[in-house]
Amino acid sequence: MSDDKTNATNATSARRRVLEIDALTLQFGGLTALDEVTFHIEEGEILGLIGPNGAGKTTCFNAITGIYRPTSGDIRFHGDSISGRKRFEITRLGIARTFQNIRLFRSMTALENVLVGADAQHSTGIASALFRLPKHRREEREGRDTAMELLRFMGLAHRADELAANLSYGDQRRLEIARAMATGPKLICLDEPAAGFNPAEKAQLMDLIRRVRDQGYTVLLIEHDMRLVMGVTDRIVVLEFGRKIAEGSPSEIRENPAVVAAYLGVDEEDAS
Amino acid sequence: MSKTPSAKGLKTSVGDRVAGLPKPVKIGLWVAVALLAYALPLLEPPFISPPGTDFGGVLFTVTIYCLVALGLNIVVGYAGLLDLGYVGFYAVGAYTAAILTSFHANWPLLLAIPVAVLASTISGVLLGAPTLRVRGDYLAIVTLGFGEIIRLIAVNTEWMGDARGISNIGRPPGFALFEIPHLNWDSGTPLLDFNDTTTFITFGVLDQIPFYWMGLTVVIIVLFADILVKDSRVGRAWEATREDEDVAELMGVPTFRFKLLAFASGAFIGGLAGSLYASRQSFINPLSFLLLYSILFLAAVVIGGQGNRWGVLVGAFLVAYLPERFREFADFRVLAFGAALMLLAVFRPEGLLPPRRTVRAKQAEAEIEALEEGTDGEETSRV
Repeated sequence: MSDDKTNATNATSARRRVLEIDALTLQFGGLTALDEVTFHIEEGEILGLIGPNGAGKTTCFNAITGIYRPTSGDIRFHGDSISGRKRFEITRLGIARTFQNIRLFRSMTALENVLVGADAQHSTGIASALFRLPKHRREEREGRDTAMELLRFMGLAHRADELAANLSYGDQRRLEIARAMATGPKLICLDEPAAGFNPAEKAQLMDLIRRVRDQGYTVLLIEHDMRLVMGVTDRIVVLEFGRKIAEGSPSEIRENPAVVAAYLGVDEEDAS
Repeated sequence: MSKTPSAKGLKTSVGDRVAGLPKPVKIGLWVAVALLAYALPLLEPPFISPPGTDFGGVLFTVTIYCLVALGLNIVVGYAGLLDLGYVGFYAVGAYTAAILTSFHANWPLLLAIPVAVLASTISGVLLGAPTLRVRGDYLAIVTLGFGEIIRLIAVNTEWMGDARGISNIGRPPGFALFEIPHLNWDSGTPLLDFNDTTTFITFGVLDQIPFYWMGLTVVIIVLFADILVKDSRVGRAWEATREDEDVAELMGVPTFRFKLLAFASGAFIGGLAGSLYASRQSFINPLSFLLLYSILFLAAVVIGGQGNRWGVLVGAFLVAYLPERFREFADFRVLAFGAALMLLAVFRPEGLLPPRRTVRAKQAEAEIEALEEGTDGEETSRV
């Protein structure tokens, strides 16, 4: 299945927009968490979403995945508005995510965690399961194949029967990515996947994220570590205090005085 | 405390040994266990058979508790929804069967049971649809109220027999084929006693063994259904919802739908148990459906180990059987439960037989190193 996607990406030289965020505003009472944020993600790219703490990055993720309903503005996935849709529907449409604080199904095995993800595209109900109808058998087989393939891809195949809670920290982070990939997404949103990693693990993760993209997925990445972001992303969007302050290629962002100011805490007048 | 790890190790090793047997042997073993269970009231083994009461009747009660525990385990153990009003579904099943076979109609029981089960399932959906949006403690309170409301409606509605109850509830149809003698252990050695026989199969008032056989058959069927459903997308969705509802939703699980399904499945089994109970009892009144029973049902699930079907069966057996076996101490039943629950909370917080994976998780912590080395072998063995 991944081959098809790669071919499709190569074939379309003019990249399509997977996700469009259009003047997205989110207010909680008097607090404006996101203020008219507009950006888009193109098919097959790795887009970095960066910004200082409290800039609204995770809020943006939560709006995309349906946890928050936008106050105004629109989120379009492949051209169709998804704001206001149910969370599991958005996942089924093809947006998957991981979490800043690892949130696995701890008392389920690694394989089962990934299977839950794979089940997103399945529809076996209680009757199919009870009478072991062909649909159950087929979906179960497909799910297991996909799950094992993903676990192998993540280097977790030998831990498939291990409880998620017993995996090491790094394995848990990778398992979260595998679970997200299993839902059959077009777009994967990674929320600080390198948090708590040492430099060597970060380098491995960068490589992994690139390989995920090469499989035909589009990646939206929140990350604090500037080296990781600069190294792996195609484009970067910078948020500060809920507003977009810059957008561009890693080198452009590195030169951008507003971004430097935001990160180094320099007054904007001095910087510009 | 120091004893626990060794006991745990022993239990899993037995479990692993059974799991490791070739399939025909395993099936043969289970069939033997089932046959023994069917024969138990005929064998009347000394000490196990409670003195002074009908062993068949006691065992029937055990099967009803097993059914209820299996049903409640789906709701509490798998889906993680704390239901304190489970007796409500049990009551709906019992009352529907009672009304249809005796009070307002004269249906045969076998026709009334499906309707009773349908009625309790619908009541589960009706209760669940508005209330499953609240979580945890709030859900417990709402279901607690539901159980009481059903009982109070029964007390106050003349159409449902009010406090006087309903009698002459239908029995399953019987056909006397042959007589099966019991064993008699009075002389110290087992002898066939042809004066004490059970008719295969007549559902009488005095001999309750046929009811037990019926109950046991239903338990086995429900057990199979439980195994099949648990090992599927449905079971995984329940567990994911229990583990982290928000994440489950974000991973594409329509959690509300699956919680409702768990509730309805639980209500289905509860109603089934209630209608069987009403038929055996032949008489029900609101006192049969006190809040205390909800607590007992929940105790069976918690004592046994919520989430593990074998554990809750053991829990149900203990909760139903011990008070009957030690009738002379029946007054101390609640005290004994309190003490048992406290001891459990200290020594085995996950129940007598927690889900095997929980046990395994603890063991695995020690073995993680070894596992990390045997990479490829593991992988191929499981694919």
